[in-house]
Amino acid sequence: MTTLFEKLWMQHVVAELPGGAALIAIDRIFLHERTGSIALKSLRERGRMVVDPARVFCTMDHIVDTFPGRGDATRMPGGTAFIVETRAAARESGIHLFDVRDSDQGIVHVISPELGIVLPGTTVVCPDSHTCTQGAMGAFAWGIGSTEAEHALATGTLRVTRPRTMRIRFEGKLAPGVTAKDLSLAVISRWGSAGGNGYVVEYAGSAIRSLEIEARLTLCNMATEFSAVTGLIAPDDRTFEYLAGRRFAPKGERWDAAVAAWRKLRSDDDAQFDVEYRIDVDDLAPMITWGTSPQHAVEVTGAVPTLERSGATREAYERALAYMGLSAGTVLADLPIDAAFIGSCTNSRLSDLRRAAALLRGRKVARGVKAICVPGSMAVKRAAEAEGLHEVFTAAGFEWRESGCSMCFYAGGESFGRRQRVVSSTNRNFESRQGPETRTHIASPETVAASAIAGRIADPRRLAALH
Amino acid sequence: MEKFTKLRAVAAPLLRANIDTDAIIPSREMKAVSKTGLADGLFAGWRYRTIGGRDPNPDFVLNQPAYAGTRILLGGENFGCGSSREHAVWALFEFGIRAVVAPSFSPIFYGNCIRNGIVPVRLPADQIATIAAQVESDPPTQRVTVDLERSLVVAPDGSEHAFEIEPEAREMLLEGLDAIDLTLRSRAAIDAFLVRDRRLRPWIYELPRARTP
Ligand code: SF4
Repeated sequence: MTTLFEKLWMQHVVAELPGGAALIAIDRIFLHERTGSIALKSLRERGRMVVDPARVFCTMDHIVDTFPGRGDATRMPGGTAFIVETRAAARESGIHLFDVRDSDQGIVHVISPELGIVLPGTTVVCPDSHTCTQGAMGAFAWGIGSTEAEHALATGTLRVTRPRTMRIRFEGKLAPGVTAKDLSLAVISRWGSAGGNGYVVEYAGSAIRSLEIEARLTLCNMATEFSAVTGLIAPDDRTFEYLAGRRFAPKGERWDAAVAAWRKLRSDDDAQFDVEYRIDVDDLAPMITWGTSPQHAVEVTGAVPTLERSGATREAYERALAYMGLSAGTVLADLPIDAAFIGSCTNSRLSDLRRAAALLRGRKVARGVKAICVPGSMAVKRAAEAEGLHEVFTAAGFEWRESGCSMCFYAGGESFGRRQRVVSSTNRNFESRQGPETRTHIASPETVAASAIAGRIADPRRLAALH
Repeated sequence: MEKFTKLRAVAAPLLRANIDTDAIIPSREMKAVSKTGLADGLFAGWRYRTIGGRDPNPDFVLNQPAYAGTRILLGGENFGCGSSREHAVWALFEFGIRAVVAPSFSPIFYGNCIRNGIVPVRLPADQIATIAAQVESDPPTQRVTVDLERSLVVAPDGSEHAFEIEPEAREMLLEGLDAIDLTLRSRAAIDAFLVRDRRLRPWIYELPRARTP
């Protein structure tokens, strides 16, 4: 009768609190220099200690530069202070730090699974909304604010109101060229960017079982764009294979005991969810956003919908179109672009880079298009370089960067520029997210690569057919 | 944390849906590792004419003289979505906002409000629209009351709108409680949990210590 989420919840209840809330034990805490620095600093100012520093991790990903040869200097105004203060606070409190030049540095939600920090059955929190990504490993992982991070650091627990449960079953087989990114955009465009509000969403079904771990991470990454508390996927043999031997994963007998426990982490056949949805995936196509909310998404072969079909309010619709410089009926595949970005905690893992490189090999980015690829971690970068992918990207005309969040968001430093139209493998197309007045279209790495070559928004399936 | 019991104040309507934390406080306005110095950057992209500038945009509601002294915001659906940055709440608080009334909130933003003395009030969109229409007729006099003790919003015309808030959140706001202090009262339960859990899931706890650089 029990859902996977309820199993995770019950294993972590330290004490029941009034009103259906509970004190929940936190197994892993992750911080980064942008929001974690303030939590560590404020904790120290209030005279409190990190209760178990060995279970706390911190990376430099948000503000750090991604140009080759980087150090503490960054293009974000005032950014160096965040890096320097985070380093000092991390050292003082004895937590694990993946510093600017560490070989394990990378975007928090890329390196946490990669290093075996998030494990099935763990609770993981980070003052970052995309912590939901890590739910793909069968963990209860969610984003919190800095004050809550202080609470978790000082007590090893959080006071949590129990969320409701939703399950989305993805049945069938994905067509070639259709990816986990397209699944998440399909979900959000179908049920709206507030559709998951208040829920922990379990992604299940035959299409999920056949997804590789990196694709599952991509799918769970955008649970926050669905306004869900988090996303979740039951762990299976793929998960265990992925984690075996990772730096912080258990070893030897402990590993065997852990895997035995993890095998029980699935929703029972008769489990009851508060809400259940189903998507047949056979007919899904690559998706792309046309507006300024992730729910403003259509098939890449489609056009900007009319107000009635957009699912948006009139005000939001008109505002989005004005911002994006589009009108109802505009065919997206005709739109010239100024830039292409492959990176972010959504789509910057080795498999993402391989799929993009397969389309870029032997081709060139269209003239006038600024194209950038930022691997999600230094480990991804090394693995990609070992396969020669960096040569494919640079020969095509892409910049090849050091790992980090980079231009996924604008913080006063690097930007794509005013009214520049960018096809991006990131997760947010909000106003000015990638630069003042920058026009972002979110899509899969394949669609970004195909569009970079065409110089306009393009359907990657057509390019794949040519190849 | 500042206590909140009841507040009667000027309310400003900002009814668009999906107001994200980037809009509330743009990244570029978070210039130091600090919880203060943020009010100036609140809604900067809408409040000022130019990016990074400080020349007020007269069209933006909080710049209009009738809305001087605003302490309550009336918002749209999915308020506070996007980045988890608590700076959005710190900026609102520093600006003087003590309550946000919206049909729904992003979960992280909602939690951040409660931990910083801002009351997040959930009311149906049509009720908020009605209240906003009354406010707009003359903002300085058509004030809105948020009464947390009775879990009510009183519209300018005196009509009462009940809202629901989790009991613990309500208590923390009413008493101005610090959550860490509250939790440390359960220290015995935490210790007992750890003893039990170390036996059940030892791999959670057996991590190498940080390498000291
Ligand atoms: S890559 Fe983008 S979305 Fe992901 S953590 Fe970094 S800034 Fe946030």
